[in-house]
Amino acid sequence: MGRSLKKGPFVAPKLLKKIEAMNRSGDRKVIKTWARASTIFPQFVGHTLAVHDGRRHVPIFVSENMVGHKLGEFAPTRFFRGHVRSERGSRARQ
Amino acid sequence: MARIAGVDIPRDKRVVISLTYIYGIGRTTSGQILEAVGIDPSKRVRDLDNNELGLLRDYIDKNFRVEGDLRREVSMNIKRLIEIGSYRGLRHRRNLPARGQRTRTNARTRRGVRRTVAGKKRARK
Repeated sequence: MGRSLKKGPFVAPKLLKKIEAMNRSGDRKVIKTWARASTIFPQFVGHTLAVHDGRRHVPIFVSENMVGHKLGEFAPTRFFRGHVRSERGSRARQ
Repeated sequence: MARIAGVDIPRDKRVVISLTYIYGIGRTTSGQILEAVGIDPSKRVRDLDNNELGLLRDYIDKNFRVEGDLRREVSMNIKRLIEIGSYRGLRHRRNLPARGQRTRTNARTRRGVRRTVAGKKRARK
């Protein structure tokens, strides 16, 4: 189910405040954040945010296309290296 | 031959069904279209006169995105997801389901035919 329109899109208030402060003073610093559930607002464009993936903060440069998505969508939490090869391979049958 | 929205030539069937042969038009849309232009859904396509066909063409042209245009839109959307490096784009790139479905079993539509990978480990001799 989608979120109620009445509430508007979710964004961590702290994060939005920091971004707006940066927009006003015009500097571009990387902000570390855990707010993966935050929607990307138009104000975010051009900033680099370091989004937590459970282990580290993945730097993400926000482009215009990303507006409306959530921050977490850009920092995958799972890392798949591939399946383990069995010791003998498939020849091991007798 | 009846030609609507490009190359689609369904005939001999009822119009409601025939229209669904157009990419982007299903049963629901088809019904709505016929209601809007005032054609009996059960009429066969071959029994439609040119006037009625024109009506259908115009109405679809004006109100719906179908066939090539729609396909282009869909693939553009997917391309966008891939380019911005989002999770859904990643899943599209890998040809895996993008909406959180399980992949331990099923997901055969996206993953294609089963390719069996190595057997389970057996106890030694």
